[in-house]
Amino acid sequence: MSSRAAHTVQPDIGNGGADAPARPARGRSLALGPLSKPLLGLVGIAGFLLIWEVCPRAGLVDIRFLPPASEVLGILLADLGLAAFWAAVGETMTAWAVGLVTAVIAAVVLGFVVGSSTFLRTFTYSLVEFMRPIPSVALIPLAVLLFGVKIESSLMLIIYASFWQVFIQVLYGVADVDNVAMQTARSYGLKATARVRHVVFPTALPYLMTGIRLAAAVALILAVTAELVIGSPGLGREIALAQSGGAISSMYALVLACGLLGVAINVAMRWVERKTLAWHSSVRSETVV
Amino acid sequence: MTALKSVLFALTLPALLVAFWYIATSGAKNFFIPTPALLAEKFVSVWFSDRFFSDVLPSLGRLVIGLVSASVLGIAAGLLIGSFRWLRSLTEPVLEFFRAIPPPVLVPILMLLIGVSDLMKVAVIVSACVWPVLLNTVEGVRAVDSVLSESARTYGLSGAARVRYLVLPSASPQIMTGIRQSLSVGLILMVISEMFASSSGLGFTIVQFQRSFAIPEMWSGIVVLGLIGVIMSFIFQWTERKILRWYHGLREVENAA
Repeated sequence: MSSRAAHTVQPDIGNGGADAPARPARGRSLALGPLSKPLLGLVGIAGFLLIWEVCPRAGLVDIRFLPPASEVLGILLADLGLAAFWAAVGETMTAWAVGLVTAVIAAVVLGFVVGSSTFLRTFTYSLVEFMRPIPSVALIPLAVLLFGVKIESSLMLIIYASFWQVFIQVLYGVADVDNVAMQTARSYGLKATARVRHVVFPTALPYLMTGIRLAAAVALILAVTAELVIGSPGLGREIALAQSGGAISSMYALVLACGLLGVAINVAMRWVERKTLAWHSSVRSETVV
Repeated sequence: MTALKSVLFALTLPALLVAFWYIATSGAKNFFIPTPALLAEKFVSVWFSDRFFSDVLPSLGRLVIGLVSASVLGIAAGLLIGSFRWLRSLTEPVLEFFRAIPPPVLVPILMLLIGVSDLMKVAVIVSACVWPVLLNTVEGVRAVDSVLSESARTYGLSGAARVRYLVLPSASPQIMTGIRQSLSVGLILMVISEMFASSSGLGFTIVQFQRSFAIPEMWSGIVVLGLIGVIMSFIFQWTERKILRWYHGLREVENAA
């Protein structure tokens, strides 16, 4: 509160005028126009590609091990026209989507049940705290034994890893319910299901969305890992095949494709989060604390 | 009394599960799931031996070196990038891209560039752990309270003193969040780097057990990985509470007000 009051009183000395009033410019930074941010970003990408192009060509890195950017981008573009490439992308994304959805459903149901009872929360606390840090890759040998190189292996790792991300967030969210709101709902005679629907769910939703966003990223990591290490079908296996076959440029192109897939997932998740939480103050961004 | 009760609460569910496991495995012999007694026996005989020094300690050493280098690198680069707005805009898309790459796909690349060695395994861990630290540091530096920042300038704090007394402390909660994220990523990458190309280490040993169908030994390896994860998270929580004691105290006061 006090810091906000100080802002409004304080005269505007040396603050960049180009910024929106809500965000005072920091320090003696250059006054940037609204357009220059994406422009600088593009310059950054171009610079990165340029360095990648020059380093192997100038002989700083062995060109056999790091092909120049133009060559890799060319192969990536050619890949985009191949059915096999899209099949691999489809397999990775299927494992990702099925695993994520299963994990989210399980985590939401269990999270709401466990979170709404103090007894269950303390009862399961030690087990949850013990299970959560177990790295999902520890399950790789088990997955291989049980399922071999099928999609189920990927699913097992994905579900295990993403479940905890969402579950913990739902627990926090349910615990965060405002007591006054809950008592009010109770005295207005709202039934248990209505209380969950109108009080608990809206409180937990921002936490849940954060959990899903984190889980989406983790699920992609685990999907690719399973394909890479176990050999279940998808982009990861293509990378392993390209590497062992000595097709270095196409390996880089596939890695690039994985990164772009990751960016797409991040962007999509942030968009979904903004849409579903459009009513929430953290997104409306008009109330400043 | 309350202490006793909380211990009881903490132990009941795990005890129930172990009891269930014992009963379920005692009757029929299941090839995939060993009995608790057999697993405990293998756990002791496999890991409390030379293997502890030849496989577990080197793995942990690489993990610690990787995590520390990633943190130092990430904080240093994050302080630099976070302090200049133009640098932030310049690097943001590239950094977002690197963060979005699933880190295990970097293993084949680093194998090519560095070759199969300890250095490569450390590099794999660093290349995955540096992004959470870096991006969180940038966010933390960006969000330094502007009143504090102006006051520091008024008092003539600049250069190293400004970083030491203003930027680093204000960003430290965010930095710790980044390091916490990188802990679990680092453990994953430690295992993967050893599963790929290695003749020693935890990841290699566990896969070896699985390939030779030494099922109880494999399970004991999974338990070791789990224990490492749990112990790491406890050590981190303890350190974080030490380092950020002032911050948690401040939060309590603010919440109470």
